Amino acid sequence: MKITLKLYAQLGDLLPPDALKNQANIEVAEDVSLNEIIDRFKVPREWAHLVLLNGTFICDTDRDQRGQLKANDTLAIWPPVAGG
Amino acid sequence: MAWTKQILRVNLTEGTVNAEPLNMEWANEYLGQRGLATRYFVDEVDATCDALGPDNKLIMATGPLTGTMASTGGRYSVICKSPLTGVMACSNSGGFIGAELKNAGWDMVIFEGQSPTPVYLHVENEKAELIPADDLWGKSVWETDELLHQKHQDPQLRIAAIGRSAEEGCLFAAVVNDLHRAAGRSGVGTVMASKNLKAVAVRGSKGVGNIKDPIRFMRETADQKKVLAENAVTGTGLPTYGTQVLMNVINELGALPTRNMSEVQFEGAHDVSGEAMHEPRKSDGKPNLTTNGACFGCTIACGRISTVDKTHFSVADKPEYWGNSGGLEYEAAWALGPDTGVNDIDALTYVNFLCNEDGMDPISFGSTVAAAMELYEAGDINSETTGGIELKFGSAEALVAIAELTAKGEGFGKDIGLGSKRLCEKYGKPEFSMTVKGQEFPAYDPRGIQGMGLTYATSNRGACHLRSYTVSSEVLGIPVKTDPLETEGKPELVMAFQDATAAVDSSGLCIFTTFAWSLENIAPQIDAACEGDWSVEKCAEVGARIWQLERDFNNRAGMTAADDTLPQRLLKDAANAGPAEGRVCDLDQMIPQYYELRGWDSEGRLTDETRSRYGLPA
Repeated sequence: MKITLKLYAQLGDLLPPDALKNQANIEVAEDVSLNEIIDRFKVPREWAHLVLLNGTFICDTDRDQRGQLKANDTLAIWPPVAGG
Repeated sequence: MAWTKQILRVNLTEGTVNAEPLNMEWANEYLGQRGLATRYFVDEVDATCDALGPDNKLIMATGPLTGTMASTGGRYSVICKSPLTGVMACSNSGGFIGAELKNAGWDMVIFEGQSPTPVYLHVENEKAELIPADDLWGKSVWETDELLHQKHQDPQLRIAAIGRSAEEGCLFAAVVNDLHRAAGRSGVGTVMASKNLKAVAVRGSKGVGNIKDPIRFMRETADQKKVLAENAVTGTGLPTYGTQVLMNVINELGALPTRNMSEVQFEGAHDVSGEAMHEPRKSDGKPNLTTNGACFGCTIACGRISTVDKTHFSVADKPEYWGNSGGLEYEAAWALGPDTGVNDIDALTYVNFLCNEDGMDPISFGSTVAAAMELYEAGDINSETTGGIELKFGSAEALVAIAELTAKGEGFGKDIGLGSKRLCEKYGKPEFSMTVKGQEFPAYDPRGIQGMGLTYATSNRGACHLRSYTVSSEVLGIPVKTDPLETEGKPELVMAFQDATAAVDSSGLCIFTTFAWSLENIAPQIDAACEGDWSVEKCAEVGARIWQLERDFNNRAGMTAADDTLPQRLLKDAANAGPAEGRVCDLDQMIPQYYELRGWDSEGRLTDETRSRYGLPA
């Protein structure tokens, strides 16, 4: 199934070359876990700090769980960032 | 140096400048900068005074760590009663003038009265004098800066000034120092203008002194700089992307207020984000961001130095804006961008330059333009009102035109200078104003980040993110992650952030250190520098005391529990997208517990017990 992967800040370079505006459509298996996607795109686990699935935060202990994703979901990942 | 123990009192009515000793009893209770200046202020100023009259005072105050070798130790604050909100104004700025004032031997400067003609204050160590500024009146901040440098022939002179917006009565005018750092919020620049005080120019060469335990201070500050350097946020994230990295985060979260807070996600967010500032543009292959920049003594360096595309319509025939200057930071970018529906990063950068050049708070300016755009689209104002400007959401041309007018107080810019509340009241739609206590919102929708709703409603200076930045916890997981859609536990969280922030704002350090530091890292630095015992507990208590003192002043100025609220849009209209879809801000669930924790009655007033607990003046 297809999902949208968004990698921001220093992680932007890890997206496929056809990515635009920090996002790419990617093909994933239906039972894939978030950590498998994180590893596939070579995002160091400690840099996958803020992980939002359709805008909702998924904490690091829940990222190995399968069946969280469905087609057309958006997975967005940031390293530790802050501002204000 | 820690406290210099000297303050400068400037009577603008009489034209006198006098030194007096710092009240060390108050310094022990209120630390410095925000807290200590507020203590002086409430002692000397009637809370019901006219904010733009001679009875209001304006204090520029440093903290005990301002000008020291502590990282980020360059902060100062401007304290007065706000003409925008009618309550305490306290705006904090970095740059270099705070440290310069300290090096000149002064903890703070208190301005009182009103000068009959324009003047500026020139300080060179112990020598301080008021000098006529008739030739500077009517000039921008940038022109004033250049003229004063030329006049005094001193490239190291540090200058804070007001621009034309303040002179023309814009109610959200800022005090801008070092060209593009600002005590931005609540109209502190408007108060300075009302006193006919154009600028403060400072040269200090006395160096550092009065450190309680210099060896320990050197060790503590070096250790804590290491903590900042090794932290992913303060060591890497902020220097690289600045605060603008938040644009995509907050949009993804469905908490990016869009088109005058009527929506919570902006389709053009990426176009005006921190990431976009790094992308090469088509015309010259250069990115918007040239480099990062640091304030005095800062080892984070989050500041943005940017250029506008020379071929962009806003500057194509204005080469004076082609150079590098202070670039977009998140709150400004949000107010000028998503809130007005404009996704043109060059237009935003140019307008940001104008805000610096003529001293306007970009948050209040952008939010007020957003309200005006809603008035325009609803037919409450038209192109006749705006002088021919088609003030539609998403129009970069309209944003630029309105900024040029507001900067000089001309045409419809005069109406924008009223701020959102007065503008919407004037045109019969008060419900379009996204303000608390008359001050415009910053860049977080409290329907998607519930703690920020309580933050805004109870902030002592009206809607503000910097009084308790619970975004740290609710979104970014600092120090611990909490659920942004949950209200339980938020009163405690907001109160802890308010107290800690008040302490940091009184120290001379920057609040951005708290992405890596807590009071556990900050208190030992204060303790090594300052007389007395400055434990973590004492710093937190001082923070709480400052909060209560500010609240007490606001109550005496006429604020009640009814003012601790949010616009109906955020309380009644549910978010239309994102994780918070269907939610409003559940403020009612948080306020009663917050009052109880604070020791206030149901009217939001300090009880006698609370007053006595913090030793507040009667």
